[in-house]
Amino acid sequence: MTGQTAGQGAERPADVSPAATRDDRGDGVTGELTIGVLALQGDVREHLRALVECGVRARSVRRPEELDEVDALIIPGGESTTISKLAIEFGLADPIRKRIGEGMPAYGSCAGMIMLAAEVLDGRPDQESFAGIGMAVRRNAFGRQVDSFEAPVRLDGIDGPAFHAVFIRAPWVERVDRDVQVIGTIEAGPAAGRIVAVRQGNLLATAFHPELTGDLRVHRLFVELVRATR
Amino acid sequence: MSENPVSTVSNSVTGTGRVKRGMAEMLKGGVIMDVVTPEQAKIAEDAGAVAVMALERVPADIRAQGGVSRMSDPDMIDGIIAAVSIPVMAKARIGHFVEAQVLQALGVDYVDESEVLTPADYANHIDKWAFTVPFVCGATNLGEALRRITEGAAMIRSKGEAGTGDVSNATTHMRKIRSEIRRLTSMAPDELYVAAKELQAPYELVKEIAETGKLPVVLFTAGGIATPADAAMMMQLGAEGVFVGSGIFKSGNPAQRAAAIVKATTFHDDPDVIAKVSRGLGEAMVGINVDDIPQPHRLAERGW
Repeated sequence: MTGQTAGQGAERPADVSPAATRDDRGDGVTGELTIGVLALQGDVREHLRALVECGVRARSVRRPEELDEVDALIIPGGESTTISKLAIEFGLADPIRKRIGEGMPAYGSCAGMIMLAAEVLDGRPDQESFAGIGMAVRRNAFGRQVDSFEAPVRLDGIDGPAFHAVFIRAPWVERVDRDVQVIGTIEAGPAAGRIVAVRQGNLLATAFHPELTGDLRVHRLFVELVRATR
Repeated sequence: MSENPVSTVSNSVTGTGRVKRGMAEMLKGGVIMDVVTPEQAKIAEDAGAVAVMALERVPADIRAQGGVSRMSDPDMIDGIIAAVSIPVMAKARIGHFVEAQVLQALGVDYVDESEVLTPADYANHIDKWAFTVPFVCGATNLGEALRRITEGAAMIRSKGEAGTGDVSNATTHMRKIRSEIRRLTSMAPDELYVAAKELQAPYELVKEIAETGKLPVVLFTAGGIATPADAAMMMQLGAEGVFVGSGIFKSGNPAQRAAAIVKATTFHDDPDVIAKVSRGLGEAMVGINVDDIPQPHRLAERGW
């Protein structure tokens, strides 16, 4: 079935017939870059849409051969334990780790941030990450769903007003290596000072979900960063 | 319809429409499994479930044993919350806002106002805007889905016919919801007023769906899903994720079946993967044909 492009799980909605799911990938805009969104589980469609709005070709990635076709990868929000398990079982974990090691740019939001962390705190014992960013990330650090919140967050290196950041059972970054740049923290309240956005070279991670609010600035920054590597 | 901030700490806000609906967005492409013990919850998490639904009896047992079915014992819910790190959902009876208040106090991540339990109010559903915790509700058609969204539901699922292992009603509900959405998208703007009247739903919401071609909240499927192929079929019919109730823990090999359903949901469009994961699963739940259930005992017909 490799001839059938992936991405249905992601962008589907338009039609329900299996035939129609064949080519409703997120692309449709031509660009010199192809950025993948890991599509094992989570809010894949929102990231694909944000990428297309940034003017690049976007495609979902569920198989190792699909990873080969992308210049960079976004790891979406979702359940990190599920994404980890599926990535291992379908042979994506090692290839993604390898690509990241070779310098492929990657951006992760929420569960994606967890997947990019060298160390995961409060994870499952069998949970694996793709590593990449030298940081320790604590899962569900802000609490349960009733504690999920929206708050303004300013990111270093991104101009304009504060992000309207949406945190959903979100993680935070507990420790970073010296070469990791902290670009965003919680500004007020009981969690003030907690790290919620980081960058290390070509790797970017946010504990919140810019893909849910239509604010494209983080995705634009990521696209720029990908362009700069080529 | 937008936001209803429940509490504010400094400049951050909890319980907004966006964090409630956003939580469901994060569950997309995943499988939510009914569990009745912490041990089952662990099996579900091990298998790759994105969340578990804590309840006292799975629908198949509720159906077999009869009697009034209610919210679970808080001790049982606490035990399940302690056992797993993934989100925990729990069911409240239709209209039983105090059960929902209790579930919110226990810290569950989503409340299912469910027809599987005995309704507590035959006229009103819960005012879900009044809560910080988000709600998922069942629907058999678009009008029902929109009425639940109007009441504050942040996620919709098909009802199917729970506890049967017969997927036919879930199929009907998914097709119905999707076809009614498609119909709206093809209507002239001035026809939407009558459409809203017929759907018994607010015009603004009907207009929004006519424009976007999708519900404003995530749509999952539930009710009678028992095999990997059932889950994949629902995904191909437009579900954004799957609830599996009795289908897992009423089968021969729950751990393996649970993992297989998770994989089939992700690769719902790849028959090779579905074939592979469907091998050697042992016995599926025996099941009951929906047609054999007398009308008064059909759960999907509860709620309105």
